[in-house]
Amino acid sequence: MTAASFAQALDQITRVPGVRGAMLVAGDDGLVVAEHLMEGIRGPAVAALAASLATRLRRAMQAAGTGAGHFWQLLCERGGLLVVPGASGILVVAITAPDVNAGLVRLELLRAAEAVG
Amino acid sequence: MVDEVKALSAQLAQEPQSLVFLRLGELLRQRRQLDAAQRVALLGLERHPHLADAHDLYARILADRHDYERAFDEWDMTLRIAPEHTGAMKGLAFLYFKVGDLAQAESHLKAAKKVTPDDFTIEQALAMVRGGAEPAPPVPVAPPPAPDEAEAKPLAESRVFAGLEGAEEGLLLLDAAGLVLGGGLRSPTGDDVTEAVAAYLAGVSQEAARTAKLLGLGAWRGLSAEGRQGHVHLVPPTGDSLLLVLRDRSVPLGRLAIVAQRAAQAARHWLERQQ
Repeated sequence: MTAASFAQALDQITRVPGVRGAMLVAGDDGLVVAEHLMEGIRGPAVAALAASLATRLRRAMQAAGTGAGHFWQLLCERGGLLVVPGASGILVVAITAPDVNAGLVRLELLRAAEAVG
Repeated sequence: MVDEVKALSAQLAQEPQSLVFLRLGELLRQRRQLDAAQRVALLGLERHPHLADAHDLYARILADRHDYERAFDEWDMTLRIAPEHTGAMKGLAFLYFKVGDLAQAESHLKAAKKVTPDDFTIEQALAMVRGGAEPAPPVPVAPPPAPDEAEAKPLAESRVFAGLEGAEEGLLLLDAAGLVLGGGLRSPTGDDVTEAVAAYLAGVSQEAARTAKLLGLGAWRGLSAEGRQGHVHLVPPTGDSLLLVLRDRSVPLGRLAIVAQRAAQAARHWLERQQ
């Protein structure tokens, strides 16, 4: 994939109203692969924490017998973080406002995860 | 009484939208015709899904059938629709008593007494709870429990989520270090996976809190995840505890969040009593 196609995948996510930013994160080391964030969001730190949470959740879910998670959502007072792991281990991440259409963001994340592989 | 059942049945057939199903269902329940009573109650609920008395009727039938988890859900629903429904309060008190949670039983009876202070049956039930004897179930007497049920769930761990669906195989309460405080988990194949899952979840609460803080999103309220064979939802009942709900894929994430909130409330009560 090219940088342009990464950017295009993220652009589709950030077009959803209420999405404050989107990132592609390497799931194994938590480094940012590509990002499209509103000003003030600390991408590298969020990426590292998202990857760490994803790893813990994946292990817990595998231990529980549910299989690895293919979508997860952190719900907070003033927004949330939505994550879809791609097949190659890249995490597609969206940072959202509280009133976002989470179902729509989920669909865009799944599309982006398919596109980035 | 047979004639009355026939008369009510005929009336219901003529006026399917009427509330006569409530009397018919209760009458059948009292006659121990529980299959027929359940059919009547469910048909009534289909037509009147937001009628508190319909949920209460169905809960009583379920309680008579010893299906206490679903009875709990129905009485819980009754109270959501009608917060001052004393039948549901008494029903929940009865269920809490069955699992040995005397404090919750007494709390629900006290709440019922506030609504209907002249109901002497509540005072009687309160006296029984305080004296350790089983209070009467909410409306006419249910059969005595079978011997094995008389020993209902004695383990302290299971009492954390007393009366909640999946209390011992789909609900887990942990402390900040990932140590199990209550509940339990079973995989879809029936294996006990409580300790393994708990170990992996140690630290999740702190990381979720850090992520939320970093993004300026305030406190974290929940973490839900979809898997191929099941879904999970995590909530922090208190600052230093973590609750996990596990269900198969047939349960949507939204419903899972509701189950988690209900379980978190039970966990908070339980944690308060431990202090």
